[in-house]
This record gives sequence, C-alpha cells and structure tokens, in this order.
Amino acid sequence: MLNKVAASVGDALAGVEDAATVMIGGFGTAGIPVELIEGLIAQGARDLTVVNNNAGNGDTGLAALLAAGRVRKIVCSFPRQADSHVFDDLYRSGRIELELVPQGTLAERIRAAGAGIGAFYTPTGHGTELAKGKETRLIDGRQYVLEYPIHGDLALIKAERGDRWGNLTYRKTARNFGPVMAMACRRTVASVHEIVDLGGLDPEAIVTPAIFVSQIVKVERRATQAGGFKQ
Amino acid sequence: MIYERRTKDQLAARVARDIPDGAVVNLGIGQPTLVANHIASSREVLLHSENGMLGMGPAPHSGEEDYDLINAGKQPVTLLPGGSYFAHADSFAMIRGRHIDICVLGAFQVSVTGDLANWHAGDTNAIPAVGGAMDLAVGAKQTWVMMDLLTRQGNSKVVPVCTYPLTGVSCVKRIYSDLATLECTPGGLRLVDLVDGLTHAELERLVGLPVMPPPRSPAGP
Repeated sequence: MLNKVAASVGDALAGVEDAATVMIGGFGTAGIPVELIEGLIAQGARDLTVVNNNAGNGDTGLAALLAAGRVRKIVCSFPRQADSHVFDDLYRSGRIELELVPQGTLAERIRAAGAGIGAFYTPTGHGTELAKGKETRLIDGRQYVLEYPIHGDLALIKAERGDRWGNLTYRKTARNFGPVMAMACRRTVASVHEIVDLGGLDPEAIVTPAIFVSQIVKVERRATQAGGFKQ
Repeated sequence: MIYERRTKDQLAARVARDIPDGAVVNLGIGQPTLVANHIASSREVLLHSENGMLGMGPAPHSGEEDYDLINAGKQPVTLLPGGSYFAHADSFAMIRGRHIDICVLGAFQVSVTGDLANWHAGDTNAIPAVGGAMDLAVGAKQTWVMMDLLTRQGNSKVVPVCTYPLTGVSCVKRIYSDLATLECTPGGLRLVDLVDGLTHAELERLVGLPVMPPPRSPAGP
C-alpha cells in the first residue's frame, strides 16, 4: 500500500543530512511551513543551504533556524525586511553567505530543476549587477541571461489538504513556491491541515500531483500573525 | 509662475487615468498601490499580484484579514469574484511572457532612455534585496514609473545615466511624477503633460536635461 502519511513531523524529517540544500516554501505570512522548520531545527542538520523567497522574519520559523546557526548559505530574492534582524546580524558579521536572485528567476530556476531543464535564457536582470559574469545571448533582437537550475535535497512546503498518495491542494496565496519546490527536490515533505481519503480531492483541482511528494504530515492550523486565518 | 506639485493621490489618479478598460496591471509595492483607489468604476482592470493572484480586490475590512491572502507587499487583500490563484512559476511566466499590460513601479532614478534603478541605492553597507522588480521591469508590455521628479535635495531623479545599480535597461516607457508626465524614448525625454503653472522651460531647468515637446496629437488620453 502506498502511504506517504507520516505519523509526526519528527518521523517525516528523519535522516536529513548535514550540508543538504533545503527549499522552504512561503511568501510573507502565507505558506510558511512553520512546524516543519521547527522539526528541522529539532532534527539537527547543519551547514545547510536554504532556498526561500526571504531570509526569515522576527525570531520564529526560518529566522529561528538561522539563529540556531544551522544555515551556511541562503538563496533568496528579498532578504531585507523590517523584522529580518536575525539574518541582518549574520550577514553583516559575515557568518552567512547570500545568493540574491530575482524572484521570477528564482521560481524558474527551481522549476527548471524539477522539469529536467539544463539551463535557460531569461531577459530578467540583463545589464544589471545580478547578471555579472553570466553568459548572455542575443535572441531575436533581445538580450538574455543564462541561468542554471537549483536542485534541492529536501523541500519543506505547506499545503492545505492531502491524501495518502501525496496529492496536494493549497489555500489562496499560500500556494506560492510550494508546487515548484515540490518538483525540484529529491525529497518533499508537505504539511497539510487535513488528510482526506483517496478520491476526496477533486482530480481536476489537485495542484501538486502525488509524484512530487514524498511524505505528508498533518499539523493543526495556527495563526502566523494576529488576526489569524479565516476558515 | 506659481505651480503646485501633484499630491500622492493626485499622482495616483493621473496614472489611473491612462489605464484602459480591460487592462491587466501589476502595481508595485508602496506608492503605486494607491493607483488602485483611483481606477474609474466604469473601467474593469484586472490586478495581478506576483505572489500568485489575478483579480486582486481591495483591502479587507478590519477583523476580516486572512493571512493566507496577501499581496506582494505582504498586506492582507481580497480576491474579486472571477479571480484566481496560481504558483510563483506561473505568476512570473505571466510577467516575463509579456502577458501583463502595464506595471507601475517606484524608482530611485530613471535615465532619459528608460533605464531603471529602483532596487539598491548604491550603499555598499546595505543588505541587497530585489524581489520581483527586475522581472517586472523588463517583462510587462509597458513599465511605468511613479515618483517625485526631484530628490529631497532638489536633484533630478531623471538622469542622463543612472548612477545607482540598474534594475533593467531601456525598460521604462513613461514617468509619472509630481510635476510632469514624461516619456522615455531612444531619442531622449518627451513631454506628455505638466502641472498647471509649470512651464516647459522651467521643467528643463529642474531636470537639467532637454525635453522634447509633446507630439501634435498627445500620447496621453
């Protein structure tokens, strides 16, 4: 029987190795797999490369992983936030490496990894500091920059519903990086708020098909900010 | 002559006036978000938010915020009936693939030929952050900038060549500012309109650059 439901976050995250590349979903308050990040902190892997849109907020979630000294390098588009003080301190004191990637290039590099693409040309960033040293090519009168895929060892993503095969749906803008990160990593762990029987998800509406998911684990819904979630 | 700067709301209204019915528009973080408040009710405009939504609606009523439903500025928003959600790769395919009609961004500097600098003020000590600005700047069918024409020190933000790090090359089509609306062309700046009381000559003095007169049939509606 194919059953990807893990009994606990700890079970789902067993065996994460040091120096792994870990993709973590989420954008702003939406789609951050807080329980899985806490599980990764408890699991203990270190010297990680983390791929996320941001570089942590406040003192929880990704910021807590950074504060625990587990992250060697972060690949993201927007590290600087009003409350990114944990990252800011590590960066200014040279204790973390930053690879800054335009947001759309970040998403496409992740997608390319999942789709078996060797590299791609994008117009984004041409003529800017972020394209320095990269190959460029003139195609149909327009300048493009060569970008390579980002492969991951582990994706931690937050979905809404899942079934034991690992099919997933998301909720509103919490979808963000989940579907591409799930494709790009050797192992994908998704948290869900509800596990349904096979057939319980409308096949026309499944966003991430089971093939991209290794394990799912149910977590309680919790607010990430005052005001919380509306059901 | 006496002239008054456009207020932020007047500037937002000026931008909104040029957005046609049926357009798909991405409004950048900060001042450009004000444009949404000024789109005439007779026009149906689809707002795209790059974190993964088309058909974005206004801010929710207090107490009805849903933190799974936010815009690119990470503020709670709503979704209009007919709106849709999608993942980041699809969202940026919409941008890069030339499916967004207009994107409105803020800027530190714009060059006369439309180079944009809006992600980094050049301070080597600053933590860099770019987000979706580089994708939007070169991906939308038209990129418009909304900004004050002058810095607080009175220097023109429209420059012959940007001194701040670039976001995109030759990507800005129009500059909507508190004093004038300008078009960036391969041949340099062209005037679209001025605030009442400001003369063409005074504008050229303020920006320190030649500005071509508007074409005989004005480009703006």
